[in-house]
Amino acid sequence: MIADILTVMWKEWKEFLTRRGRTRGTILTLLVLLAPFSIFFPLQMGRDWVESPVAIGFALWMPLFLVPGVVADSFAGERERHTLETLLASRLSDRAILFGKTGAAVIYGWGLTLAATLLALITVNISSRGGELLLYPPAIGLGIAVSSLLTAWLAAGIGVLVSLRASSVRQAQQSMSIAMMLLLFVPVFGVQALPDEWRAHVAAILTAVNVTMAVLGAAVLVVMLDVGLLAGAMMRFRRARLILG
Amino acid sequence: MTTNHTAIHIENLTRDFGKVRALDGLSLDVPAGIIFGFLGPNGAGKTTTLNLLLGLLEPTAGHAVVLGFDTRTQADEVRARTGALLEHSGIYEQLSAEDNLEFYGRVYRLPPAERRARIQELLTHMGLWERRKDSAGKWSKGMKQKLALARALLHRPALIFLDEPTAGLDVQAAVAVRDDLASLAAREGVTVFLTTHNMTEAEKLCGRVGVIRQGRLVALGNPDELRARAGGPHVEVVGRGFTAEVLAQLRAQPVVAAAEMKNEHLTIDLHTETDTAPLVGLLVGAGVQVAEVRRGKASLEEVFLTLMEEEK
Repeated sequence: MIADILTVMWKEWKEFLTRRGRTRGTILTLLVLLAPFSIFFPLQMGRDWVESPVAIGFALWMPLFLVPGVVADSFAGERERHTLETLLASRLSDRAILFGKTGAAVIYGWGLTLAATLLALITVNISSRGGELLLYPPAIGLGIAVSSLLTAWLAAGIGVLVSLRASSVRQAQQSMSIAMMLLLFVPVFGVQALPDEWRAHVAAILTAVNVTMAVLGAAVLVVMLDVGLLAGAMMRFRRARLILG
Repeated sequence: MTTNHTAIHIENLTRDFGKVRALDGLSLDVPAGIIFGFLGPNGAGKTTTLNLLLGLLEPTAGHAVVLGFDTRTQADEVRARTGALLEHSGIYEQLSAEDNLEFYGRVYRLPPAERRARIQELLTHMGLWERRKDSAGKWSKGMKQKLALARALLHRPALIFLDEPTAGLDVQAAVAVRDDLASLAAREGVTVFLTTHNMTEAEKLCGRVGVIRQGRLVALGNPDELRARAGGPHVEVVGRGFTAEVLAQLRAQPVVAAAEMKNEHLTIDLHTETDTAPLVGLLVGAGVQVAEVRRGKASLEEVFLTLMEEEK
């Protein structure tokens, strides 16, 4: 099973790296994301970038922009290019195909986020010129690694579900964009839309709660969402439906 | 059940799509080691049959056993032991030919050394080895079909399913794919289930043929048996001086089933394959000036058209 998942991931990566017309778009996307995250903000904040939890916030947010573009292609792209039938007619199990495609997108989003975090650290070290080597404290480093993994998984889970249903890559990308917008803006505007009394109540709860417990709670919630999405994708994955769709 | 000599056993296989019955009580056996042609016009149910045999669709009724495995309950086993070239070649166009085969070699768990050797063997056999690093998207449709055929055979399956492998190819490319298929199938001893509406293809490749129309099997047998159903062997005689008496003499011969004039040609239908010299001697003796004698038998295309007419 693991070998089969790795085989699917190998193919996804090969395809992603060799996709025509993709290179320029990918470089542009990376520059747009890396410039603020790995250069601008670290330069502005200096040592605070490393020592405060702000980097965790960025690591949480970055996969939501990186993963959708890759994952939208997973099933919709294969369907559009007429390669899905042959893949489904092979000996690969449903889970190997599903987990392989999800895993490839997660590792892409997570890997790039970690690389960007490392680049930000280099930027801070070069700009601070303090002589000492600045490193993320273990808690911050762990927070970056775990939070970016969880959000990459979340975006990949949503993307696979969308891609399974979509008839074309374009449709999948559009649906993914809407899903990501909702994910990012509903909490922000939702809180704004609450009556003042309710907002004060939420603020009181947030200030009263232990930060570590809140982070752990949020992580558990995201893990549950991730598992739920994967379970949904497994239920949705039906060879007959994909062949006829 | 399938035996060592039966690759596919199909019994009363039926599949509905809503109110449309795509396959209607199909029953047939495909012996191991042959190229079986599944003929039918577009929309006859060929691709549906193939998807059912691969366990990609579930039958509405009936069942099929492929290489000893039930397609409904053991579809994974079926797919592990078969290869497929479906309606579309399924080639990843961004990847090189070598990477396409590398991927499926990994899928079928060929060890690395064996995988490399097998890829080289198949691509060399098909004359594609020199261009293995090209991205497959740059190849002609014929080359892609050859690559897809190589992919289907890569893991040395006991049975391969081919869905109209030469459809949309020019004559030259179709001949090349057909030649590769015939030589590889013979060399590897693989059973081939080939769907096609190309009668020439079926005639050249298939040892046994099933004809399907509107989801129902209308004929099954080897090409000669089907030809016999559409009409036996015949002789065409071109010449002058065919009179009613001569025709009557011919019709009186025990080997002659019928004799009639068609556009200055005399067509003699025979009951069985027989030596035609006595018949020609009879004609010459009766004063007919014989310019040309042609022996013939019904082509599979004629058989197919006859079957389609009968079904109407």
